[in-house]
Amino acid sequence: MFESQVTFLVNGERHTLTVDNRRTLLDVLREELGLTGTKRSCRTGECGTCTVLMDGVPVNSCLVLAVSVQGAEITTIEGLADGGQLNLIQEAFVESGAIQCGYCTPGLILTTAALLRDNPSPTEEEIRRAIAGNLCRCTGYVKIVEAILRASERGGEQ
Amino acid sequence: MKPFHYHQPTTLDEAISLLEEHGPDARLIAGGTDLLVQMRRGEVEPSHLVSLKSVPGLDSTTYDTKQGLAIGALVTIAQLERSQTVRIAFPHLHRAASLLGGTQTRHLATTGGNLCNASPAAETAPPLLVSEAEVEVAGSQGVRTFSLREFFRGPGSTSLERTEILTRILVPPPPARARSLYLEHSPRKYMDIAVVAVAVLLVVDGEECTDARIALGAVAPVPIRTAGAENLLKGKGITPELAAEAARIAASDCSPISDLRASAEYRRRMVQVLTRRAILRLWTQEANGV
Repeated sequence: MFESQVTFLVNGERHTLTVDNRRTLLDVLREELGLTGTKRSCRTGECGTCTVLMDGVPVNSCLVLAVSVQGAEITTIEGLADGGQLNLIQEAFVESGAIQCGYCTPGLILTTAALLRDNPSPTEEEIRRAIAGNLCRCTGYVKIVEAILRASERGGEQ
Repeated sequence: MKPFHYHQPTTLDEAISLLEEHGPDARLIAGGTDLLVQMRRGEVEPSHLVSLKSVPGLDSTTYDTKQGLAIGALVTIAQLERSQTVRIAFPHLHRAASLLGGTQTRHLATTGGNLCNASPAAETAPPLLVSEAEVEVAGSQGVRTFSLREFFRGPGSTSLERTEILTRILVPPPPARARSLYLEHSPRKYMDIAVVAVAVLLVVDGEECTDARIALGAVAPVPIRTAGAENLLKGKGITPELAAEAARIAASDCSPISDLRASAEYRRRMVQVLTRRAILRLWTQEANGV
């Protein structure tokens, strides 16, 4: 059989799907589940636009087979804001001018959420190392680093 | 990508049976960070993937002062990096793990996968080679253990039989008074593959270097030790001249290629620079690990 059934949580909701074994978690989030906040770009795990949290840690969903996430808890960018209320990190990005085209932003915010949970007061160097897997073509990263510092000063992750 | 069957065995024996049953059509998958990219490029086209994720007992790291470190093959690079034991007792391995890919990759990539993918630039290889690591391998004939030095056969090629599975990496405790470090040279600061990697372990007793181990990555078909350079240093007090000579030997004993990242000549020159730098840093105790 070239298909498998898999059950997993996304942003707290349980989903059971039967998918072709070749489909990635990225494909399934965007297409089967309609969660297009997670982006698709390099497909080789180098750009980070596909970043989601899987069991709390940031991963490239383009490198995760959908059929391998049985029982996992996935958090996408859609899972962060509470109704219309942006979370602390999202607000810091907006205020710092850290968003231009916005394509890298969902992945960056999720990476940041994991960083600040594990390291609530990171140095600039620690920030730059943590986000090394999230490429941005617009901003040059300065405002992004400022946003993350701002978010950490305000009390970190959500 | 060709369609494939996806298997999630829950025991090691089941995984081995699947490999036996499907032969060359099957590939093992752990983190998938190398394999899926290769499959997408059409470099490898398995019709059966055998996932190791549900096989228990492969994802923990244990340390015993006599036996040393045992790293399960499925331990992720992020877990390796976070291990306090590794940071303290094997700082060169900690450093190498911290330089592999980015945050996201490190949470998926596994230590076993890094070795089995057998890139000449595999980050964990040089530190494990200078620490005299062994690999524990399970197959239909049982379990065998052998030196990591016998593990790599060529780029992308290991001495594993088709139906064998790497289960643990066994690292003896560091010798008393051992110092180690890992240096990697690449165009970018992060998210890059080494152009040259050097791991050095010295055992220093007073004014004498009683043991020296040097491993190089990305400058030969496989990660290598450099006996010529090591033998020069053993039993001696290390002067800048001796370090420079050892570095020259290391540079001439490797066999780099030119590729899009660097020329062979540049790689050879950087082996010399980094080897000398690593030896002297450790000798003067300027750094441990980095």
